[in-house]
Order: sequence, then C-alpha cells, then structure tokens
Amino acid sequence: MTNPATPAFSAPAEPPRVSLSIAQGRDIRRKGMEWFVFMLLRGAILIVAAALVVIVGFLVKNGISAISWQFLTEAPRNSMTEGGVWPCIVGTLLLSLGAMGVAVPLGVASAIYLHEYARPGTLMRIIRLGVNNLAGVPSVVFGLFGLALFVTAMKLGVSLAAGWLTLGVLCLPVVIGTAEEALRNVPNTYREASLALGGTKWQTIWRVVLPSALPGILTGTILGVGRAAGETAAIMFTAAVFYTPKMPTSIFSDVMALPYHIYVLATAGTEIEKTRPIQYGTSLVLIALVLGMNLAAILLRAWLQKRHSH
Amino acid sequence: MHRRTKEALIKQVFLVTAITSLAVLALIMVFLFMEGTPTFSFVSVKAFLAGLDWYPTDEVRPDYGILPLIAASGAVTVLSSLLAIPLGVMSAVYLAEIASPRVRAVAKPIIEMLASLPSVVLGFFGMVVLAPFLQDFLGIPVGLNLFNASLMLAFMSVPTIASVSEDAIYAVPRELKEASLALGATHLETLARVTVPAALSGIGTAVILGMSRAIGETMVVLMVAGGAAVLPTSLFDPVRPMPASIAAEMAEAPFRSHHYHALFAIAMVLFLVTLGFNVIADYISHKHRQVGSASL
Repeated sequence: MTNPATPAFSAPAEPPRVSLSIAQGRDIRRKGMEWFVFMLLRGAILIVAAALVVIVGFLVKNGISAISWQFLTEAPRNSMTEGGVWPCIVGTLLLSLGAMGVAVPLGVASAIYLHEYARPGTLMRIIRLGVNNLAGVPSVVFGLFGLALFVTAMKLGVSLAAGWLTLGVLCLPVVIGTAEEALRNVPNTYREASLALGGTKWQTIWRVVLPSALPGILTGTILGVGRAAGETAAIMFTAAVFYTPKMPTSIFSDVMALPYHIYVLATAGTEIEKTRPIQYGTSLVLIALVLGMNLAAILLRAWLQKRHSH
Repeated sequence: MHRRTKEALIKQVFLVTAITSLAVLALIMVFLFMEGTPTFSFVSVKAFLAGLDWYPTDEVRPDYGILPLIAASGAVTVLSSLLAIPLGVMSAVYLAEIASPRVRAVAKPIIEMLASLPSVVLGFFGMVVLAPFLQDFLGIPVGLNLFNASLMLAFMSVPTIASVSEDAIYAVPRELKEASLALGATHLETLARVTVPAALSGIGTAVILGMSRAIGETMVVLMVAGGAAVLPTSLFDPVRPMPASIAAEMAEAPFRSHHYHALFAIAMVLFLVTLGFNVIADYISHKHRQVGSASL
C-alpha cells in the first residue's frame, strides 16, 4: 500500500501534471486491486459450485447405466450382488416421513411458543441455546442416544419406531428454524386485525397465523425429509439393517435404507468391486431423492417470497 | 371452560413442547453419561484421554487409550478448516456484497444443495474417485487418508460457514458502507475496512459452527480417513477420528461390554467438544452482536 501522505507533500514542489499522473496511477492501482480481489472472490464461489457439479456429475455419469425399472422395483438378489433397491427406497421413505411425523408437530409448536408467546428474556435465551446446541450434536451421537434410549431402555429394538424417534429429534432444529421463519413472515397486521375483532390469542394463531404460515412450514418439512433421508450414522444402530428379506410389516420391523445400503456395499461387502454399479446406482437414487426435495423446497420458497413482496 | 383459563392452558402446552429440545439435549447427556461412565471403572480418565493405544478387542490385555482418535479428529478438523474458512468466507463476501441478484439467485441454491448432499454420498465419492486419484497423482501408498478426509470434510463445512457469514455480512448497517463510499473509498476498501470488520463476530460464529460440523461428521471420516488408530505423522497417513471409531465398532461391541462402554465414553468426549464449540459460537454471536451502527 502506498503511503497516502507522500503525494500530498510532494504535490506543491512538483509540476501539477506529474502529481496528477501519480493520483491517476494510484486510482488505477486501486481499481486493479479491486478487480483482482473480486476475481479471487468469484473464484471461491466457482470452486464451491464446481465441487457440487463434479460430485453430482460423476455420480450421474456412472450411476445412470445402473438405473432401470428392475433396479428401482426389485429386491436385492444373490447376497446383494444383483437385483434392485426397492426395499431400501421404501425403508428410506418410511423412515424420513415418519421422522417428520415426530419432528413437525413438536417443531411447529416450539416455533409457535418462541415466536408468538415468549417474551425476550432468560427462558427464551435458554430454549434457543438448547435448540442451537441440539442442531450441533453429531449424528453418530444421536445414533448412540437412540440406541441407549429408544432401542434398549424403551425396548423398541432395532425398528422403524426407534428410527423415527431418533431422526425426529435430529431434525427438530431444522423444523423449528424454518417454522419460525414462516411465522416471522406473517405480517403483524393480520394478528392485529384478528385481535381487534375480538379473537383470542389462540384463535388468532389457529385461524389466522398458522394458515398463512402453512406454505413456509411445508418448506421446512420438505427440507427435513431431505435431511432425514440422507442420514446414515443415526440409523445404523437404531433402524437400518444390512439385509432383510421381508418388507416392513409393523412399526417394530427393521428396514433397509438407501444410505446404509451404500455404506455397507462400499465398505463391508465381500464383493466390493463387483457391486460397484449397484453402489453408484443407489447413490444416484439417494441424491435424486435428497436434491429433489431440496429443489422443491427452494422453488416453494422463491414462490412464497414473490407472493410476499406483492 | 373459562376463556382465559383455556388461553393460559394453551400457552403452557406450547411452553412444554418448546422445552422438548432442551429435554432431548439433557436426555442425550444423561444416557451418554449413564453408558459412558462405567468405562472409568476399568480405565482411569487420564489413561483413557492420554493413552496412545486403542486395542479394545484384544482378549488378553485390551487398551483403551483414545489420544490417537482425538488427535485424528483434531487434525482433520484443523486441516479441513484451512480450506473451508477461506472458501466459505470468500463465497459469503461475494454473495452478500458483490454478486448481482441474478448470480445470487443461482449461487445460493447451489450452496444449499451442497449442504444437503448426504454425507454417505460424499464419503463414497471420496472412496471411489478421490482416493485412487490422489494415489496416482501424488504417488502415495494409500488414498484413504487424513488429507482426503479433510478435503471432503471441507466441502461439507463450506456451506455452513458461507451461509452463516453471509447473514452476518448482510446485516451490516447500510449507513456504515455509505459513509465509507462517500469518503471516496472504493468498493473493495469499504469491504475490507468497514463491512467485513463489522461482521467479524458473525463470521467467527460461522467458522466455529463449521468446525463443529467437521469434528462431528461421521460417514466421511468413517469411509475415507483410512481407519488406523495411530498418531498421524504426515498429511497422507491413514487416521481414525472419534466418530469413525464409534460408528465402525459399535455394531461388533457386545452389549454393555467394556468396549461398548468405552465407545459411549468416546461419544461423551465428542458431545462435550461440540457442545463447547456451540456454546462459544452462541456466546460470540450474542456478546458482539451488531445492533445498529451505534455499537460499532
């Protein structure tokens, strides 16, 4: 960096033309520096975007040939070296939708308390700290917690129910966060109008606030499904099994799941190389499911924002 | 029922549900400690945390020292942060201050998509693509190592760092930037000397949250880090971070055996570390929150 004092002191002694060119030179340098740094910043975002494109592109390129109607609708055969992933798709859908059955009521109710009832203060601060810390708990710790509480202490066994509860509490912070944002986007004039007409607080929330927050809450639910569907470490001790010949029949059945299927085939199978196409295919099905959910949530949110701005 | 009693009752019901998160956090702690503390009846706290040998399945003389696992977790976290912090913060600055609305509309979903990629898929990518590539390109014996795991972890924490920092940069009051621009500073000078310093506490929170995500991430380190429970001596050593050890061994550990309890004790350490990170992040974001331009 040039010392800005130098041209100022030298200016009177030098002919004006020279000091002008020094100033111009400095301006060009400043502009050049700006251009260079902005290019670096642009480069950073390009690297991030490229990472996504490379990872997804590679899985699509290698996985697409494995995808067929049979692959999507059949069960694995021949100790999982052939056949499809239908039981895993069913298991993953059941697990993530059931987890939302746990997380959405709890999460939306928590968000209603935090946004509509609570006054800023110590209690609110502590609850928020709890939510933030829950969001930061590693998924493998959730897995052990589910194993100790739901599988062992509550005697649910390795089952759909234990998986729902574990994934449900894991997704709770995501749902609370998005539900709160949805409540924040409901204009205060709606609440005031309802209260002015004599509605109670609860009537206002139930008939006015919740209906207009519903699409935003739906966005959060979709994001939660995506999060739960891709989760592996939390279900490997609580719900998912390596292989089961039966489709789930009750909430106490164990299930197969896409993420666990990928992990097992890629690391623990006896024929890791032979099942590579199945691994790629399963990964592709999983990211199609998860990214599809996220894309749906992003589009829904964009549509909502447009509606709010009108 | 009287209308006011009903309203008060409803409020209490919501309060109780709002406390669920806290209750779950408390339950996690209780169950981890319940299953984890029996470890210290057969190994001292010091030997557990500072022991150099992790041979929990040895039938004659099992060893329960987790220092190599702690060191591995620390190494992958620090190394991935070295890449993720610059990438994440630079992306955030670009998105919040420089990008046109049209670029933002594309780039923000891309970052969200990267955040949503299942970790098992990233682990799989690291195993089948990055590992052979590193092996060929650098001529190293094993592709599944500290470096590979850190690289994949970095791309998992970039979205966290980028989106939390972006919010912080976005929240810097407009008049601060306008004052700087009015004094003749360029856009870059305003960014470097006004906007980013004003958002620094938020960026600090973002960095800590990103590191906390990296240290707790399981599937990537389980599949890609290589799995050797020894102190790392080079960038390309295979390592075994704490989450990988828990996930890999829990299935084989007999119920309520010494090994089982020791794994819960590792989870305790992991939980306390991430809890610490999150409490610090929360403290920074509350303590140094920018409330209007007056508090700068």
